[in-house]
Amino acid sequence: MEMNQYLSMFIDESNDHLQALNENMLRLEQQPEDISIVQIIFRSAHTLKGMSATMGFEDLASLTHEMENVLDLVRNSKLGMNGHIFDTLFKCLDALEGMVQDIINGGTGKSDVEELVQRLKAIVKGDVGGSGTAKPAASSSSNVPPSFLLDQFQLSILSQSLESGHKAFYIEVKVREDCLLKAARAYMVFDVLERNGEVIKSYPSVQEIEQEQFERSFSVYYITQVDEQLLQDQLSRVSEIESVELNAVDKDTLAEMENSQQSADQASKAKLETAATVISTSPATTVSPVASAESNAPRTAPAAQSSGSAAPRTIRVDIERLDSLMNLFSELLIDRVRLEQLASEVKRNDLTETVEHMARVSADLQNIVLKLRMVPVESVFNRFPRMVRDLAKSLDKKVDLIIVGAETELDRTVIDEIGDPLVHLIRNAVDHGVEPIAERISLGKPEVGTVHLRAYHSGNHVFIEIEEDGKGINRPKVLETAIKRGVVTPEEAKNLSDEEVNMLIFAAGFSTADKVSDISGRGVGLDVVKSKITSLGGHVSVHSTLGSGTRFSIQLPLTLSIIAAMLIKLGSEKYAFPLSSIVETGAVKRADIRTLHGNRMIEYRQSIIPVVSLAALVDSPDYRDDEETETEMLIIRKGDKLAAILVDEFIGQSEIVLKPLGKYLAGNLGVVSGATILGDGQVALIVDTNALIK
Amino acid sequence: MAEELKVIVFTLAQEEYGIEVDKVRTIERMVPITRVPKTPAFVKGVINLRGIVIPVIDLRGRFGLAETEYTDNSRIIIVAANELEVGFIVDSANDVMDVMSDSIENPPEVMGGVKAKYISGVAKIGDSRLLILLNLIEVLNRNEIIQLEQFGE
Repeated sequence: MEMNQYLSMFIDESNDHLQALNENMLRLEQQPEDISIVQIIFRSAHTLKGMSATMGFEDLASLTHEMENVLDLVRNSKLGMNGHIFDTLFKCLDALEGMVQDIINGGTGKSDVEELVQRLKAIVKGDVGGSGTAKPAASSSSNVPPSFLLDQFQLSILSQSLESGHKAFYIEVKVREDCLLKAARAYMVFDVLERNGEVIKSYPSVQEIEQEQFERSFSVYYITQVDEQLLQDQLSRVSEIESVELNAVDKDTLAEMENSQQSADQASKAKLETAATVISTSPATTVSPVASAESNAPRTAPAAQSSGSAAPRTIRVDIERLDSLMNLFSELLIDRVRLEQLASEVKRNDLTETVEHMARVSADLQNIVLKLRMVPVESVFNRFPRMVRDLAKSLDKKVDLIIVGAETELDRTVIDEIGDPLVHLIRNAVDHGVEPIAERISLGKPEVGTVHLRAYHSGNHVFIEIEEDGKGINRPKVLETAIKRGVVTPEEAKNLSDEEVNMLIFAAGFSTADKVSDISGRGVGLDVVKSKITSLGGHVSVHSTLGSGTRFSIQLPLTLSIIAAMLIKLGSEKYAFPLSSIVETGAVKRADIRTLHGNRMIEYRQSIIPVVSLAALVDSPDYRDDEETETEMLIIRKGDKLAAILVDEFIGQSEIVLKPLGKYLAGNLGVVSGATILGDGQVALIVDTNALIK
Repeated sequence: MAEELKVIVFTLAQEEYGIEVDKVRTIERMVPITRVPKTPAFVKGVINLRGIVIPVIDLRGRFGLAETEYTDNSRIIIVAANELEVGFIVDSANDVMDVMSDSIENPPEVMGGVKAKYISGVAKIGDSRLLILLNLIEVLNRNEIIQLEQFGE
């Protein structure tokens, strides 16, 4: 079968599911008794299994299948989560991610999952005693309800939900003899049921039903708030169903069931105990089954609601299409400017009105097109909880990652680039920032370190902050290393402010880690981070208090594709300067330009700054500033350095769409960082102000 | 079995050249070109092609032929190869032609003043017409630009 057209969809969705799995596993690790999370995990794993089986990725399917088996036991409270199970499941997720990555890279997604499968199987087997409680009991009983028995926890769920005003039913569904897809029909029945309430137990088990391992009928215990008649109606609407029988379960029947259970229970008690020991061997995160049952009952109603309204309201669009939409739109923008010009020349009222209307529409359109390219930073942030967890484990530290503002939106181009620097900074925070547990305790700090990851909007910028409550930057130590590595001289070091010392850690070839770990600290890190952020038009700063923590703050432009710029003229040519780098515009008299050591300088606000002639720099064919008595100038800034740029004439300020110059010219372009298309359709070059200041 | 090859035919200093049709994006009339400083002389600058900025080179200059004023017949052929998109300024472009692969011969050392490495073959059409087929990969070779630049400095 031709699968290519589904492949990209499969990859997208697998990634989504893997992400969801990761997130929910982390949540579950925090609150292991919340069975609703297990349900979500189970559903994701199940979908993933189905998809990969359909696409023919067998290893992917078989691994998810085994994971599902484990999860099924957990969600049916037959197995408590513990550290070992979490680790195994996380390993499985890693393996799955690896396989999906392989598929993305054109591979077959094959991988040796045997070991993981065995481990999962072992987990499932270790619980044989626990899962066995219900089944042997069923055979020894002939009481109402006939086909299967509930274990104690399920009984307690039922009785609790009855107390809280829910209705409980014993439902028996029979499919027609000629039904072709029994499992599908059963699935539809379960779908209806799960939308309205919660299935407590089914016989045969959901798994067996899905694999069509049932004759013609199956039965479930079910709690809901929906009316019996309504439920009956909805269920019989599923086609190819012969009959649906609803029996209300009340307190009396429950009590009766409990009695019969007790006798059966005696027999399996011995087994239960072995199961209990299996569970309790893992101390850290063990969940007692009773606790899970308790938390289960009051949760029923909200869970039912949420599963009903989960229909997604988004569609996936190829990024290339968005890019071409953007291109087409900028074309339109250029035509609009032209039309406006023509209309003002023709001076016909109806034409002017139409053009004005078009201008308004296109302004709205511009907003939407730009918004389309905005992506929540969540897509970058969501890999960090897992990363921090693994890091903390491997370093034997305890670290909480608290993410705030993951919904903050950034342009896609920025998002694509910001991931690596953030990874670096977070690793740095966990590795170098947060102290080992023993040290934290001796310092009187909480055992668990906290790393805050915040994102927020402010003006035309987005800020991302990484703050940890670790040891902070040690000024003498930083200076000592900086001097040793030749980053600063001892004389310079004395005059540096704390801020400046903090910035030293971004210098190339700097690392204060006493020993090099495989996580960070090879000394190639932070300078790369800084140059990356600078290349994105951003800015990074550090605030630190010795002993109480460090905060890295990254300032990023909202978008890289549209910037505010100052357009200037140089003879017949036009150039654009990013407004963000311009301090001031003005004019300078020829006589005020002095020459110092062959460099031209002017005095600007009590300091002497260099003068750069743009015309000379770009070899302007038809403009020279030499013979002018007074020349327009731009004061630009790079960091704390200023320079005056001599230009011919200012045109004005304008929002411009950034365009790459094309790969053919990429590379050593010197003073030009890109291009933009002006209102008249001409290309204007954007000056890289960073290259003007040495 | 001879295969049929569709080529775009253009002229450069009285010679006829061909580029395979699937490498050509569009053919444009001359448009205003924005000069890019610090580039080799044959790089004329960049143009706006429906919202995309594309570098343009003068093919005469690229091959070391004398550059001339552009006329009404001058065209910019936008080619895409090697993940690069570049416009070639040529004297004129006005034909699409089928060339049989068995009529293509290996190029001689120099053809119409163009070095052999820029030529992938010469196709004989009819009795008297010769069509020089360009080796786009070499024409678009960026290493050479960088070397030229260093040489110029």
